[in-house]
Amino acid sequence: MNEIQKQVVIVGGGPAGLAAAVALYDLGIKDLLIVEREKNLGGILRQCIHDGFGLTRFNESLSGPEYAKRFIDEVKNRNIPVITETTVLEITKDHVVRAASRHGLHTWRADAIVLSMGCRERTRGALQIPGERPAGVYTAGVAQSYINLYNTMVGKAVVILGSGDIGLIMARRLTLEGAKVLGVFEILPYPSGLERNVEQCLNDFGIPLYLSHTVTKIHGGHRIQGVTVSRVDYNRKPIPGSDTYYPCDTLVLSVGLIPENELSKMAGVELDIRTSGPVVDASYQTSTPGIFAAGNVLHVHDLVDYVSLEAERLAKGVMDYLVHSYVDDSNVKVIAGKGITYVLPQHIGKKHAPLLSMRVKCPGENVQIVVQQGEEVLVSVEFDEALPAEMIQIPLELDKIQNNNPLEVFVR
Amino acid sequence: MERYDVLVIGGGVVGSAIARELSRYQLKIGVLEKNPDVCLEMSGRNSAVLHGGFAYEVGTNKAALCVEGCLEFDDVASQLDFPFKRTGKVLVGNTKEEMESLKDTLRIGEINGAVGLEIIDEKRLKELVPTVEGTFALFSPMSGILDPFQYTIGLAENAVKNGVRYHLKREVIGIQRLDEGLYQLETSKETFLTKWVINAAGLGAVKISEMLGISGYKMGATRGHYIVLDKTVGPLLPMPVYPVPSTLYMGIHVTPTVEGNVTVGPDADRVTSLEDYGVEQRNMDYLVEDASTLWPNIHRKDFIRNYAGIQPTWLDREGPLKDFIIEAREDVPNTVNLIGIESPGLTAALPVARRAVKLLVDREKPEINPNFDPARKRMKPFAEATPEEQAALIKENADYGEIICRCESVTKAEVLNAIHNPLGVETMIGMKYRTRSMMGRCQGGYCQMRIAQLLQEEKGLEVTQVLYAREESELFTGRVR
Repeated sequence: MNEIQKQVVIVGGGPAGLAAAVALYDLGIKDLLIVEREKNLGGILRQCIHDGFGLTRFNESLSGPEYAKRFIDEVKNRNIPVITETTVLEITKDHVVRAASRHGLHTWRADAIVLSMGCRERTRGALQIPGERPAGVYTAGVAQSYINLYNTMVGKAVVILGSGDIGLIMARRLTLEGAKVLGVFEILPYPSGLERNVEQCLNDFGIPLYLSHTVTKIHGGHRIQGVTVSRVDYNRKPIPGSDTYYPCDTLVLSVGLIPENELSKMAGVELDIRTSGPVVDASYQTSTPGIFAAGNVLHVHDLVDYVSLEAERLAKGVMDYLVHSYVDDSNVKVIAGKGITYVLPQHIGKKHAPLLSMRVKCPGENVQIVVQQGEEVLVSVEFDEALPAEMIQIPLELDKIQNNNPLEVFVR
Repeated sequence: MERYDVLVIGGGVVGSAIARELSRYQLKIGVLEKNPDVCLEMSGRNSAVLHGGFAYEVGTNKAALCVEGCLEFDDVASQLDFPFKRTGKVLVGNTKEEMESLKDTLRIGEINGAVGLEIIDEKRLKELVPTVEGTFALFSPMSGILDPFQYTIGLAENAVKNGVRYHLKREVIGIQRLDEGLYQLETSKETFLTKWVINAAGLGAVKISEMLGISGYKMGATRGHYIVLDKTVGPLLPMPVYPVPSTLYMGIHVTPTVEGNVTVGPDADRVTSLEDYGVEQRNMDYLVEDASTLWPNIHRKDFIRNYAGIQPTWLDREGPLKDFIIEAREDVPNTVNLIGIESPGLTAALPVARRAVKLLVDREKPEINPNFDPARKRMKPFAEATPEEQAALIKENADYGEIICRCESVTKAEVLNAIHNPLGVETMIGMKYRTRSMMGRCQGGYCQMRIAQLLQEEKGLEVTQVLYAREESELFTGRVR
């Protein structure tokens, strides 16, 4: 098979891939290729027809397709090569990318590869919700796609499990399309999605949010007939006797996103069990030299604006690798300590100043986040409010790092 | 009213095997299946294991037909072109009592004709399955794993190729014997006439038997639950691992699937409903706890799905019925009645079918069908092709280059082929069983929209007519606007 040489192949033309391509081009790396499996660029933004995108990046509120278009236009203006309707089948450790399209199999050998495949939704099977397996159980993104891209209505009386952002958005969307949303049930004692979505998507429409509740059984052998909902205790275990039956014809699941790293694994990329994404250094280089990752394939973001910004930072790392063959030579580990779910990057080299991205484990007010090496506090930042739904980023200057001992990031 | 020479009631693996074996003769054959597809009950909801034949009482149909089915299965799988692996299987024990029990099983198995059985020590066990916990085992090299959907579909499609007609969504609700000797079968849709009736109704067999006028059988049921694990754990399990069986049932086992997943189960809960395939939390917890002692690699992060199957228990006038009944009674002429067909029905389906067909052939003496073709070819799955083959497939048919299901690498060519399947199945689950699309770790999160759309376009279905699995399982309520 013909192997085509490329400087950089970008796997996935969603927000991360697009931003990385534009930034790489502007750094002078012009032999690029974006490989996209769909007909159009934009990734999951194509189905996000609500607004609220771009407030950080562009200082204005855009819909998903509008936000994507800003970047697609930039890609087009630069004539960055794009191949669509082409699915990558394999990425190897030595930078071979194999893909299929209606025109045949494609093989590229790249100096560097950018992983920007995004994420997938957690499913009912992963949750193992007890009960039967009828029609009418959809993940929120699937329901969103059916409604917004396929003009197909999924149901009329809807229960939503999980208060992830897509679930909240779908509560509003379904209501606007005439469905009755009976409630959003969240197993945690606080919402998983952003506060602004709870306000604008639930409260404004009078949709109740039940915290510390979960669906304990699905009823109906054909189309779903109803669900049993139970309150849960602090261990997230259903409390006996707290069951309520809700008749419904649809159950929408918004119970988490999982970075999609099947291709990364083929390329020998080491994954972090906490993020389900690659282990990276401060330049977003993975454990396989020359392979980089940004966006939701790396860790699930709260806002697309941060995906774009992360991909733009990644471009500098790729550049450095291409020009100076830079591979992280040091190994200052970054550890998620008390109160922190995860922190990125997982290790820091000598060259790139890290932007520490993290999530807190539980909501708190006046939260102090400390970055410490040994006994030495390197940075300490105070937040009025810290929520698990929101990503927190703390920049760290390289000269603050004292030695090769691990850094610990924790909540004080 | 459509008139047949033979109507088979039930299109599961046994009904379809019977239909296929009947099509060796010049007969007008129909299959009445109550569901919209052929593997929605026992045939599709089991451990998908090819059994060696050592677990059944000496002298029974079960023992003889299971061994017969097991030994011929390589030929069957290649003829009907479905995934099958003769992996071998181990029954793992630790105690002195279990050793005695395994020795008994070995002895019975050898009398039954099971081939190659041996008791192996811990060292050998760990060589075969490094991840297992146990000190010795009974090893059955002839046991294996198969794709029960593809097997049943393969039999049914081969039957159709040889002239059999399938009538899906036709539940038999009444049988009458007319004066001229014909049977009139009333279904949920139309009424059929036939000279012969073969009862292969599986979970509905007792009901159909009574409609035919054969009484005395009773059926109870247990429900067994299974958890499906991600393909990432598949390489850890080269063959099915069972505990030492009790007298009651085979025990919770871990089984690799031909596609590389792992299933855990089943337990056995007594149930009254034959249609409730719900899975309870306590059952799932129990499965994990119990199976982990045997195979400590079951982790929540790898769960991708669960399912349940109904396992019938049978009674005749004398008490519990432990064998397959395949009977042609003189007092109810022109019928073949199959009762008690459960595990190892998947392994024994063709031998069972040959016995059933022989009963008819001995009496009816039909002409041989000279055009009978035993082979059925599956469309080449893109995922199973080498890169060179993949390139050639795309060159020949560009639809092979359009990956629809990302997790399982299923292409548009395969989905279109499945949509136009010979049985006329048009459900989402039907597409899943035929292509493996929607079966992977994202469970259709990426591909189901495209498949639902293709079904509508290709079959001319309204959006509200798209079914998930069974009747009344509509996926959509209408257009958005």
